[in-house]
Amino acid sequence: MHTTPSRHSSFITSPPVDQIGVEERVARLHSRSIKKASKVEALRLALSMLDLTTLEGSDSAGKVRQLCFKAMHVHDALPLPHVAAVCVYPTLVRVAREALGHSSIKVAAVATAFPAGQADRETKIRDTRFAIEEGADEIDMVISRGEFLRGEIAYVHDEIAEIKSICGPILLKVILETGELGTLDRVRQASDVALAAGADFIKTSTGKIQPAATPPVALVMMEALRDFHTRTGERRGLKPAGGIRTAKQAIQYLVMLRETLGPEWLTPDLFRIGASTLANDLVMQIAKESNGVYQSVDYFSQV
Amino acid sequence: MATRAESRVPPRSEWAYAPAPESADPFIRERYDLFVNGEFVPAADGRYRTIVNPANEETLCEVAEGGVADVDRAVKAARRAYTRVWSKMPARERGKYLFRIARLLQERAREFAVAESKNGGKPIRESRDTDIPLVCAHFFYYAGWADKLDFAFPGARARPLGVCGQVIPWNFPLLMAAWKLAPALAAGNTCVLKTAETTPVTALKLAEILQSADLPPGVVNVVPGGRPTGQAVIEHPDVDKIAFTGSTAVGKWIMKALAGTNKKYTLELGGKAANIIFEDAAIDQAVEGIIDAIFFNQGHVCCAGSRLLVQEGVADRIIEKLQRRMDHLIVGDPLDKNTDVGAINSREQLEKINAYLAVGQEEGAEMWQASCPVPEKGYWCRPTLFTNVSQSHRITQEEIFGPVLAIQTFRTAEEAVLKANNTPYGLSGGVWTDKGAKIFKVTRALKAGVVWANTFNKFDPSSPFGGYKESGMGREGGWHGLMPYIRLERNHAG
Repeated sequence: MHTTPSRHSSFITSPPVDQIGVEERVARLHSRSIKKASKVEALRLALSMLDLTTLEGSDSAGKVRQLCFKAMHVHDALPLPHVAAVCVYPTLVRVAREALGHSSIKVAAVATAFPAGQADRETKIRDTRFAIEEGADEIDMVISRGEFLRGEIAYVHDEIAEIKSICGPILLKVILETGELGTLDRVRQASDVALAAGADFIKTSTGKIQPAATPPVALVMMEALRDFHTRTGERRGLKPAGGIRTAKQAIQYLVMLRETLGPEWLTPDLFRIGASTLANDLVMQIAKESNGVYQSVDYFSQV
Repeated sequence: MATRAESRVPPRSEWAYAPAPESADPFIRERYDLFVNGEFVPAADGRYRTIVNPANEETLCEVAEGGVADVDRAVKAARRAYTRVWSKMPARERGKYLFRIARLLQERAREFAVAESKNGGKPIRESRDTDIPLVCAHFFYYAGWADKLDFAFPGARARPLGVCGQVIPWNFPLLMAAWKLAPALAAGNTCVLKTAETTPVTALKLAEILQSADLPPGVVNVVPGGRPTGQAVIEHPDVDKIAFTGSTAVGKWIMKALAGTNKKYTLELGGKAANIIFEDAAIDQAVEGIIDAIFFNQGHVCCAGSRLLVQEGVADRIIEKLQRRMDHLIVGDPLDKNTDVGAINSREQLEKINAYLAVGQEEGAEMWQASCPVPEKGYWCRPTLFTNVSQSHRITQEEIFGPVLAIQTFRTAEEAVLKANNTPYGLSGGVWTDKGAKIFKVTRALKAGVVWANTFNKFDPSSPFGGYKESGMGREGGWHGLMPYIRLERNHAG
């Protein structure tokens, strides 16, 4: 199962992370008051960064078609941006691709034995290839947490690098499943390893493990992205996913993004939010900002 | 990376924050008189000083200027209240008054925060989240001490000293008032409080709270004014104890003035704290700590981390990160909830800071300032750092009391400690490292009254605060902060 340790990853030394300091910084950023025009802009921005997701065992072609229609027409009563992508299992990629037609919405597929990643390398490679052949624009892979936590950092690095080599120009998001990593130090290390191995995006979670995305975890990942950019000049992306349900949370992530990585990252090319129900709250809040009153939830499609 | 064909949102958004002003009414009167013997009374010579909002130079209100005669009247009222009421009152009754003051302040916290920001220029985020909550905590803390004093010193009884003359600075107007008043009152003393000339508003609003708390007349008297007013308090023959927070120069004058008298005193003076960053520190959190250490309250903080000592292996990275972070600081309207750095407290202080900026450059240090815009009216200074700084530079040796950071590097822990201690001051310090043993080794070697590890500018009423060397003497906060307000009387029965 083990490959030769990478020559590169052994040079990666991640800086220590102080959890209390991170939490204080997050609290400070959360105290930003986002009102009026800046709130509406943030809500629209968040909507355009959404990876509308369904990842259930019970997913069917019909459900995915519904999701795709919603991705293109979140709420046609208002002029809104469409979401960035829909995120589905590899077997449903073709359905999504067809349903989205000529829209510019991407199809992202989870691969590499999502969500646990407990499979051999060959299975993961096959899984990835299949998703690409079915028409996926983006691959969301999971890292081997067991290997990572055992200290087999090189194994994790090389696995990501191999999947990236299969993806080629296809966007690769690497899910660290931070809820299983335990400490912010490990979140930082996993981020550095994934970026060194060629991840286009680093992503917090599958949504299957609690806690999923948390602001402290996202902040540490942003710091890793910032340092990577300082070191290499390359801008890579971040995707917090899981547990982001309200517009308020989404705005808090955007504040963190803006003040940690800068306005250059305020684009769906570099920031995505993985969520299944967030779109509804974003749309409701946008409607509220334009009408001045909250409307009944029954005016918005809930699924 | 995959390219995106078209998107209805531009690829890079210039998303900026809309103004978010705090709208609570501070209820500042047009004119305040002196607070003496439980009443607001005009100064004997009828003088008023115009108080200005430093963020826009607009007049905030007029405040009576206390003179020698007014100070005398205040001391007499305090003496009367001490002899007749306050020193005789059962300790738990004194405690009740303090609890009541704390609760009333808490209920009106937002109003006080806005008043503090309007008068002093500090961002509402700080007055709302730091100043006023700490003020309330301080009163609550010492309220709890009042009825425990009799049991705190086995074999001895804690007795009050009498009338306390308390002179406070302009950087934390209400918090410094709380630091002075709460322990003094808990121990059974009465007070004459002299506020700083630019920032009397919240102490006078506190006087209104003392009235609504039914505090007996004369227990606390507030006499705003300038230096002559402070001098009258310090030199008054019927004052038993002096508590002063302010500059080292004035502190030295006070020591001379009190020599040969029977007055007890505590002095909390200037500082030039070293904030030491080791290369094994959590770098990004250390950068936040550096920001908090020097730009909190526009650097108008006696314990500010104004000297940054960075281990050479991470110096370039730290400076790059620091500059990047400083460019994100929002400088401007103190009442905007998103403001990080507010206005310089007064024109006089701004001129002093600007003079140091010139001195630093003349001496050959390299100056860098954040690129943020600042308002046209009012007193503003961009967050500033100096590199290429040596130990003999004036900007390294002297307290600037503004948002100005002097950065030096070091190679070994010994060198860091040597540089950190090589100052006439000794108020505070900071150490950043991921290694626990190093924290203990270095913090024990620092000659400073307060040392923070992997954090900075944290305050708690139960924690003593005060300095070494020319940073002063005595402690405020905790039971240490009570000691300067009591004398211990031996029990003969035992």
